[in-house]
Amino acid sequence: MAELVGLAEGIRELVRDGDTVALEGFTHLIPVAAGQEIIRAGRRELELVRMTPDIVYDQLIGAGCARKLVFSWGGNPGVGSLHRLRDAVEHGWPAPLELDEHSHAGMANRYAAGAAGLPFAVLRGYAGTDLVHHTTTLAPISCPFTGERLTAVAALRPDVAVIHAQRADRAGNVQLWGITGVQKEAVFAARRSLVTVEEVVDVLDPRPGAVVLPSWVLTAVAVAPGGARPSYAQGYYDRDNAYYQWWDTISRDRDAFTGWRKGLRQ
Amino acid sequence: MSWTAEEMMTVAAARALAGHTSCFVGIGAPSTAANLARRLHAPGLALVYESGTIGARPRTLPLSIGDGELATTADAVVSVPEVFNYWLQAGRIDVGFLAAAQLDRFANINTTVIGPDYRHPTLRLPGAGGAPEIAASCREVFILVRHSRRTFVEAVDFVTSVGYGDGPGARQRLGLRGRGPVLVVTDLGVLEPDPASCELTLTRVHPGVEVADVRAATGWELAVAGPVTETEPPTEDELALLRALTEGPVP
Repeated sequence: MAELVGLAEGIRELVRDGDTVALEGFTHLIPVAAGQEIIRAGRRELELVRMTPDIVYDQLIGAGCARKLVFSWGGNPGVGSLHRLRDAVEHGWPAPLELDEHSHAGMANRYAAGAAGLPFAVLRGYAGTDLVHHTTTLAPISCPFTGERLTAVAALRPDVAVIHAQRADRAGNVQLWGITGVQKEAVFAARRSLVTVEEVVDVLDPRPGAVVLPSWVLTAVAVAPGGARPSYAQGYYDRDNAYYQWWDTISRDRDAFTGWRKGLRQ
Repeated sequence: MSWTAEEMMTVAAARALAGHTSCFVGIGAPSTAANLARRLHAPGLALVYESGTIGARPRTLPLSIGDGELATTADAVVSVPEVFNYWLQAGRIDVGFLAAAQLDRFANINTTVIGPDYRHPTLRLPGAGGAPEIAASCREVFILVRHSRRTFVEAVDFVTSVGYGDGPGARQRLGLRGRGPVLVVTDLGVLEPDPASCELTLTRVHPGVEVADVRAATGWELAVAGPVTETEPPTEDELALLRALTEGPVP
């Protein structure tokens, strides 16, 4: 059963130095507060996994928490580059960053394989691309029934998955709705999981299209109102588009970033 | 009524969606063109965003592929593994829209790195996203990109998404099931692959653009169709609807 914990306590307990950590959220419900708590906890040498690393991954990378990034699209959506990610890859600042780079379809299938307890997934993909020459977690495979040539991608098995959801009940059952991305797969693929929620309620009334994660498949739930800002939580608050623009100005400059990082400490 | 080259590009792309059923849309100019098409001549066009929003009818232009507006106006919201496996990979989408940081004569696309060394790039770009499988599996691909020598290059530094590979027969050899890029719409004109050589060929210029302008903005010896036609200028309706979209209230 999931334990109800404080955010700071939950992060310190579940995310350890050297872990493979997946904070998932596809534009919606991004676990930003949890990611910033990882920075405050001073975690190092993390292998960060995410289909769409955005602002919070830029912050984690700039703060020196990451050794490696496993991803498929790294940008500031609707704005441009992630400058801390670029600085790490282009100049090794604050530390070199190893990449394991895929397409979205490949990453989605890698999570699904992890969730299903399989060693790999099969898809039509990557043929003819240069990703084939640089990514070691994909390989050609022949269909045993037809001989057709397909691509295998290695399962993702993060040590810990962190997601944000709209709400949980007191027993730690979690409910999220709207765009739910690949969060269910990330939680099932991971050995441990932490879900931050907008609120804890007495009863989870059914919502159309909601994903429900029963308490007994989760490790911990922490209340973090506004925990997805500057992304949005459907039914709670909208995306703060101005923050994404503002981050571009901070992220571009090492000194401005270092100032931001110091401010986060309090 | 006057218009910008950017507006002409978006209108030309929107027109090309006539007669299609479904479109896999990326953010930016492709999303603007697809939403314009829905308001003009393709009200039934199903917009599919990679966030898993199927049949979205946004009332204002989304700023990201996962805006709440897309989810609340969609016919269905599905998971990300589902949108890529059941919808895209299975060949259910008519048209995929792609952008490019670099593009070569066979419409191969780079959105990964600039520079010869992947490990130490001059410029790190966002990466593949959904593009490789869109390029492989949509029935047709439209590429929407501004025309310049920086973008239209002799050889891309990295093949992120395959157009026609090294030429005729490459897509079949690689097992790619969609037709590939059938249209490249730029701010100067329109390029289409030659049926025999697969090489991108200038077939249309936008009003006021000379063939020489397009050659000058292309980093390879550009093939030019026998008769190059001129794009119909944007109509007042097209411009009014486009401007209502792009100058509308920011969500």
